[in-house]
Amino acid sequence: MPLVNGGKIVADGFVKLAVDTPLPEGGDILVPAERFLSDADALLKRSGKIGVIWPNNRDIAELVPYLGKIAVVALVFPSFRDGRAYSQARLLRERYNYRGELRATGQVLRDQFVFMLRAGFDSFEVKKQADAEAFMQTAKRYSVFYQPTGDGRITALHRRMQLRHSEGVGT
Amino acid sequence: MYAYDEIDRTLVNERVSEFRDQVQRRLSGELTEDEFKMLRLQNGVYLQLHAYMFRVAIPYGTLASNQLRQLAHVARKYDRGYGHFTTRQNIQFNWIKLSDLPDALADLAEVGIHAMQTSGNNMRNVTSDQWAGVAPGEIEDPRIWSELIRQHTTLHPEFSFLPRKFKIAITASDHDRAAIKVHDIGLRLIKNEKGETGFEVLVGGGLGRTPFIGKTIKHFVHGRDLLSYIEAILRVYNQYGRRDNIYKARIKILVHELGIEKFSREVEEEWQHIRNSSLQIDDEVIEDIRSRFIYPAYEKLPHMPDELRQAAADPDFEAWRKNSVTSHKNPGYSIVTISLKPIGAPPGDATAEQMDALADLADKYSFGEIRVGHEQNLALPHVAKRDLPALWKALDKLGLATPNVNLITDIIACPGLDYCSLANARSIPIAQELTRRFANHELANLIGRLHINISGCINACGHHHVGHIGILGVEKNGEEVYQITIGGRADENAALGNLIGPGVKFDEVADVVEDIVEAYLALRERPEELFVDTVKRLGVEPFKERVYATR
Amino acid sequence: MTSPLQQKLKIAGSSVVTANRTWDGVVVYRTAAKGWSADLADAAIVRNSDEAKALLAEAVADDVGAIGPYIAPVQIGEDGKIVPGNLREQIRHDGVTIDLPV
Repeated sequence: MPLVNGGKIVADGFVKLAVDTPLPEGGDILVPAERFLSDADALLKRSGKIGVIWPNNRDIAELVPYLGKIAVVALVFPSFRDGRAYSQARLLRERYNYRGELRATGQVLRDQFVFMLRAGFDSFEVKKQADAEAFMQTAKRYSVFYQPTGDGRITALHRRMQLRHSEGVGT
Repeated sequence: MYAYDEIDRTLVNERVSEFRDQVQRRLSGELTEDEFKMLRLQNGVYLQLHAYMFRVAIPYGTLASNQLRQLAHVARKYDRGYGHFTTRQNIQFNWIKLSDLPDALADLAEVGIHAMQTSGNNMRNVTSDQWAGVAPGEIEDPRIWSELIRQHTTLHPEFSFLPRKFKIAITASDHDRAAIKVHDIGLRLIKNEKGETGFEVLVGGGLGRTPFIGKTIKHFVHGRDLLSYIEAILRVYNQYGRRDNIYKARIKILVHELGIEKFSREVEEEWQHIRNSSLQIDDEVIEDIRSRFIYPAYEKLPHMPDELRQAAADPDFEAWRKNSVTSHKNPGYSIVTISLKPIGAPPGDATAEQMDALADLADKYSFGEIRVGHEQNLALPHVAKRDLPALWKALDKLGLATPNVNLITDIIACPGLDYCSLANARSIPIAQELTRRFANHELANLIGRLHINISGCINACGHHHVGHIGILGVEKNGEEVYQITIGGRADENAALGNLIGPGVKFDEVADVVEDIVEAYLALRERPEELFVDTVKRLGVEPFKERVYATR
Repeated sequence: MTSPLQQKLKIAGSSVVTANRTWDGVVVYRTAAKGWSADLADAAIVRNSDEAKALLAEAVADDVGAIGPYIAPVQIGEDGKIVPGNLREQIRHDGVTIDLPV
């Protein structure tokens, strides 16, 4: 599955560990939430970077104490129809000020990119190669956004207010 | 009317171009049907029995004449020359080709109409009172707030993949014409003691397999907090709403399972985090939206012009006027409801010719504005009283002057098994037969206000639970069987109807309804006691006896 | 969602595989020639669950051609004419039971 980060297809430097895979000496790893929480101190002392794969039915607040020390939070879309991870992503970015890599995993398709970007994701394990290749083009599909989110894009309401004010100056 | 600006137009065009790309990828096989299904639903495209069905949004039921003409154009060019108005102020086309849809959408986009989120597990078209802005006694125009919500919910990045669909309705009058108590969120616009605008918020109403009347979650949410409060409800729902069972996925089940107290605590906690964020709406934003609603320049006109006095001699005109014409907030004007329920016709259908002609009449007599109501009728909201006789003549020629608004033949019905792939039984032929039985206008008038609602399956698109008489079609051993309830209502006193007894066969439905009506006429205390009030007073029993005594 | 292939197939009498054509939504029937036809007379008839499963599997595989294939009952008259086996299929085949507004 190609990984898109910074708008480009890149090599994934992280190795995904299952709940019971032996811990490698070094290197960057992604571990399931359960494993991370049960052994957080030891895992954080390793030399490589660590990321956590967080399921979409577990309260993201549990991860808050560790957010400063982890490099990746990978949220899961078990199906593209299941939108719980969008809320988790916004909470991480907007409430808990998480600034590390926020990765979308699972059923990640082209048609969700804009929603995901707006919710705060910045890296994407894309299911289809063609979708990954179309990332930049798709991400630019929309120029108008009605809702304020943590992505900083200016909303339609704001733009209108700016227009009103700039017009107001002239009169 | 709300006038789109360049920003709104750009978004709609971007959506059309995205959908064009999605359709192209589907037709080339790049997208599987499983992947595409959700994408097409998010743009109002269903697959029905005979063809694709295309549902176009008419936000809060307000249409401009050029928009109605464009709907007629779509009906003619891409469909079979007619459209069907639904109970959520949308219009559906029944015979459209997938390959034509991008072009149809592009044509609609030219006049600021779209099909975004008319289906799928997202926030659907925001509905409101079809008399918004013109109803006497209205607190303020609820469409300003509807439009604010429309924008906020359109392509929402967090809530486009909810557990299930989500419907919001707003009313600002004492009499609720928007059925807010059977919506996922119902908003009743009110003023607080300081005279500030806010909303009583109801949550968890809905029909379908498990009907619930909405419960008040908060008695007053200030207007400036409306978006953050809705956002808080949706965030709780998005995270905790059930996704394991499609029949238990609506917010009403979550509210029911948690209890309204616990649910409202969850929402309150979430809301406290976000209420002082960029979601707060300042007055200037409201003013900006308000300024893009164009209100007619009413003239000062007599409330009893000569034209009206003279026409009163014509009993047919008078019958129509008394039935279909309602008071306007401006005494020289009226609101005219246009019945889409002619005797023997499918409820809510309008031909392209009728739509074009109505658009012309709207230009001539109603400042170019048309409304769509959840009862599947249309309305001209600003008709000068002196123009009523001329308008009536024109409507009558078009077959649009049936004086049966709110009467027993003003039936709400879903498309049923004639069109719908979910249906178990037909709805339209039942409605047609009932309109023939009660075609006599004097009889219908004698019966008075009586709403019959028909659904062809448990999903309840025909709102059968809240019909004064509700008819639900089911399938039993390969046959259509209809369950009949009485005593439901969809207004401010919303209630679910009660079953009168075992289901009856297709051919017997009209007879049973006749029996129920005869029983009512015999049982009512006085002519003014409405059917639904007699049922409330006496319960189901006397009606049941009458119906099943001879069966 | 259960895929149509995993559903238990109980066949009572003759059946066909039907679906809607992808590009225009028109009702179509699976033919013996591994294609689709809008004419019920062209439909491949299956008479037991193994045949039905095989025909359905082949139809499901053609995701670009048609949407949502399923087994539908038919009746075959003495003259060999195939007619739909229930009301729903009859409506899909013959059209709505009401007069259209235009």
